[in-house]
Amino acid sequence: MSDLTRLSAAALADRLSAGEASSVEATRAHLDRIAAVDGAVHAFLHVSADDALATAADVDARRAAGEQLHPLAGVPIAVKDVVVTKGLPTTAGSRILEGWVPPYDATLVERIKAAGLPILGKTNMDEFAMGSSTEHSAFGDTHNPWDLDRIPGGSGGGSAAAVAAYEAPLAIGTDTGGSIRQPAAVTGTVGTKPTYGGVSRYGLIAMASSLDQAGPVTRTVLDAALLHALIGGHDPRDSTSLPDPLPDVVGAARLGASGDLTGVRLGVVRELGGDGYQPGVRARFEESLEVLQAAGAEVVEVSCPNFQYALAAYYLIMPSEASSNLAKFDGMRFGLRVEPADGPVTAERVMAATRGRGFGDEVKRRVILGTYALSAGYYDAYYGSAQKVRTLVQRDFAAAFEQADVLVSPTAPTTAFRLGEKLDDPMAMYLNDVATIPANLAGVPGISVPNGLDGGLPTGFQVLAPAKADDRLYRVGAALEALLEARWGGPLLASAPELEETR
Amino acid sequence: MSAEPSGTLLVDYDEATRRYDPVIGIEVHVELGTATKMFDGAPQEFGGEPNSATTPVSLGLPGSLPVVNEKAVESAILIGLALNCEIAELCRFARKNYFYPDVPKNYQISQYDEPIAHDGWLDVELEDGTVVRVEIERAHMEEDAGKNTHVGGATGRIHGAEYSLVDYNRAGVPLVEIVTRPITGVGDRAPEVARAYVQTLRDLFRALGVSEARMERGNVRADVNVSLRPTPDSPLGTRTETKNVNSFRSVERAVRYEVSRQAAVLDAGASVVQETRHWHEDTGVTTAGRVKSDAEDYRYFPEPDLVPLVPSRDWVEALRARLPEMPAARRRRLQDEWGYADAEMRDVVNAGAVELIEATVAAGASPAAARKWWMGELARTANADGVALEELTVTPGQIAELQGLVDSGRLNDKLARQVLAGVLAGEGSPEQVVAARGLEVVSDDGALIAAVDDALAAQPDAAEKIRGGNLGPVGAIIGAVMKATRGQADAARVRELVLERIKA
Repeated sequence: MSDLTRLSAAALADRLSAGEASSVEATRAHLDRIAAVDGAVHAFLHVSADDALATAADVDARRAAGEQLHPLAGVPIAVKDVVVTKGLPTTAGSRILEGWVPPYDATLVERIKAAGLPILGKTNMDEFAMGSSTEHSAFGDTHNPWDLDRIPGGSGGGSAAAVAAYEAPLAIGTDTGGSIRQPAAVTGTVGTKPTYGGVSRYGLIAMASSLDQAGPVTRTVLDAALLHALIGGHDPRDSTSLPDPLPDVVGAARLGASGDLTGVRLGVVRELGGDGYQPGVRARFEESLEVLQAAGAEVVEVSCPNFQYALAAYYLIMPSEASSNLAKFDGMRFGLRVEPADGPVTAERVMAATRGRGFGDEVKRRVILGTYALSAGYYDAYYGSAQKVRTLVQRDFAAAFEQADVLVSPTAPTTAFRLGEKLDDPMAMYLNDVATIPANLAGVPGISVPNGLDGGLPTGFQVLAPAKADDRLYRVGAALEALLEARWGGPLLASAPELEETR
Repeated sequence: MSAEPSGTLLVDYDEATRRYDPVIGIEVHVELGTATKMFDGAPQEFGGEPNSATTPVSLGLPGSLPVVNEKAVESAILIGLALNCEIAELCRFARKNYFYPDVPKNYQISQYDEPIAHDGWLDVELEDGTVVRVEIERAHMEEDAGKNTHVGGATGRIHGAEYSLVDYNRAGVPLVEIVTRPITGVGDRAPEVARAYVQTLRDLFRALGVSEARMERGNVRADVNVSLRPTPDSPLGTRTETKNVNSFRSVERAVRYEVSRQAAVLDAGASVVQETRHWHEDTGVTTAGRVKSDAEDYRYFPEPDLVPLVPSRDWVEALRARLPEMPAARRRRLQDEWGYADAEMRDVVNAGAVELIEATVAAGASPAAARKWWMGELARTANADGVALEELTVTPGQIAELQGLVDSGRLNDKLARQVLAGVLAGEGSPEQVVAARGLEVVSDDGALIAAVDDALAAQPDAAEKIRGGNLGPVGAIIGAVMKATRGQADAARVRELVLERIKA
């Protein structure tokens, strides 16, 4: 295996700018790694080798010509298949979009392309990002590189697994209820959900517009900050995009890496822990707290009483918006088109047949749930009440952030479970996101940083910050990473079993 | 679906309104004439290649997002202000969810319980000068749908078609929908009120410059609600909503038809079905569409891709200060300036000649002369050709020029009409027609004196009478002179010459 794939994005970028390696070499190394291990991991739905190499060659040529390049220029990246990419198939993990090639780029893809990052391909995901295990993909399961019989988390299991398996140093994820952070936790990687509005949603195939947010999936906190800085910032094509400039996330990550957190108040959220959490997950969390305290952080306990209703509210708001967002998939303009087996071929019947065949069970479940929740006579009781809970959750956050600079919790209640284990129990599946969902409801940013193992499987430490204070995530996250790696003698991923290379 | 029985019973309109009190409500959609669409940068153009004026947003492609067109909001506020509405301090867009191929996202972005403008009124003047105040419930913004074309089959309708084509050029075009409160107390004049209301709105849209407001292009479309009740004191009856009535005349006819039809239903002891109905321009009838009782549930909810709209008070006041003179006030001012009688002004308005006369006066003609031309010779021509006055191929400037030739004595009325015919035939300006056709009044006394002498010599009896002080036969002599000069003589001058030559 080439050691170029083992480097962090920041380290690889340094090698590229120092002329010690070329982008073509780095890109080829990652394509080789994909060819060698992705048969077992199945992180990718589509690999765009030619385009990636062409971008790499272009960057190398521009660098050779002395052009001033973006710091991450030439560093390859993988993109979750829910993000539209011009000329690259984009399915959102659904049959209904099989074969669709978008005619335009998402804003974040435009920024990635403008910065000269070769796009290796599109990563697997639960269909329309609905799930916590990537098992709801229409195109097969993704396997956790730590244990191929286990789930990589979801919905962004493909991006997390790709990064964990050294198939890509960087990946893009999206997080509606935890789809960046929970996969990061169970694969021993880093994932950030930025402040809502911090990264443009233009070109993200929407699940729940008021909750969706794209963000970085990486192996180090600094890499996450670098990628966050690249894709973040205002976009006039997204009305919910924040006008504010992005805080200095990269500076915060570098500051945090010093390991000094003197004066930083960490709020431990009482409601995000306890009985529903695996003992080993709780133990790692307590240990991390001690490490952070030793670095000068002050730990306070905070209570967010309405978080107990967050999951229920989420499962009304998310499906309501999804039921409407997914209405456009009807076989009339793009993607799959199914004509009814018998009877007249009317638009309505083609729509029904297309949606019947094109959507998987979890998507249908949520579309039906959302349609019901928005129906006349039920709207107030369901959607209306859920919006009130959302306001209460926001108030809980506001009160908690009076007492603490950041809030902390385990990212997910368990380590990676076995493939198939929870597939027939939607409630058990939904409970995986119990610690990540409140941040989406309130629009606040969160990061998951690897903080140890339980039974040989990674656990994650979640940091939440007030809206627009994403820099705090990186300061605390980088500090924890530095302190833990000092104890471990290296990154957590170094203790992952080596994948067999088949080629 | 209940198909209308072919032999629908109708009660005579006057009879119907003697027994029932009609109540109407009107929803008018106006397409705003903005350069781009409501929520994206696609150009708005009429009659382009199908699906050429589209972007990922107006095609509703996965991942695309709407962004509000500020110019459209400005137009909506102007309309709200002109309708004496309150402009919301905060309003929201909402999704109206329904599956139909001409709606690319399968939801329409509209406004629901928080419209941009609400609680206003509009004074509507009927042809006899009566003014009816129509209360406005709300005016809200939304996007238009695309257009389906059904191919194959005889009727061009969806039933029997082999396939359908969708053109999304219109999808996303900004609309403002204006909804009245129930219009009560107008009795049998309901159809006339409905028509005048839509007409007044059309004038208003044009005055505000927010839309070309061309009915024939579907820029302005009306949905007409009609219900009947036994007496003005009774509670409102069940209403029907007739969709897409797209000309002034049709608005009036559709109301009349529904009043007659519903009266027949009620007379038979049955109930009016709450439903949407289709208007058939050719036959002048409405037929049943969707039944509203199995209520179409649009599952409205706040559009999460857009943030609430908060029009600043400074902006609203700046727009208020920019409001142009309203059509009714303008008409009153012009009537004063022109000195027309009420009936004259009403005729001018009804003929759609206000702007034409205004322009003609501006070009130098007197108001009386301008009215004489546009309401006389030109109205007759337009009527004979079956076209609107503004469609005639003569400009107000040319009419003013023509009148100038009359005023200076170079043309008499008869010649002027011939010159006008030349202008209308495309022969050029009045001056050019005069030159080309040689139609100028003969002002050379020498030629006229010869013609007068000839006429007197030809009619010695008449000459004798005139010489004897009987001026009766002067007309006959003038007539002969006019004939001899092919009408190109100035009759007044001929008369003077006749009297001079008799004495000579």
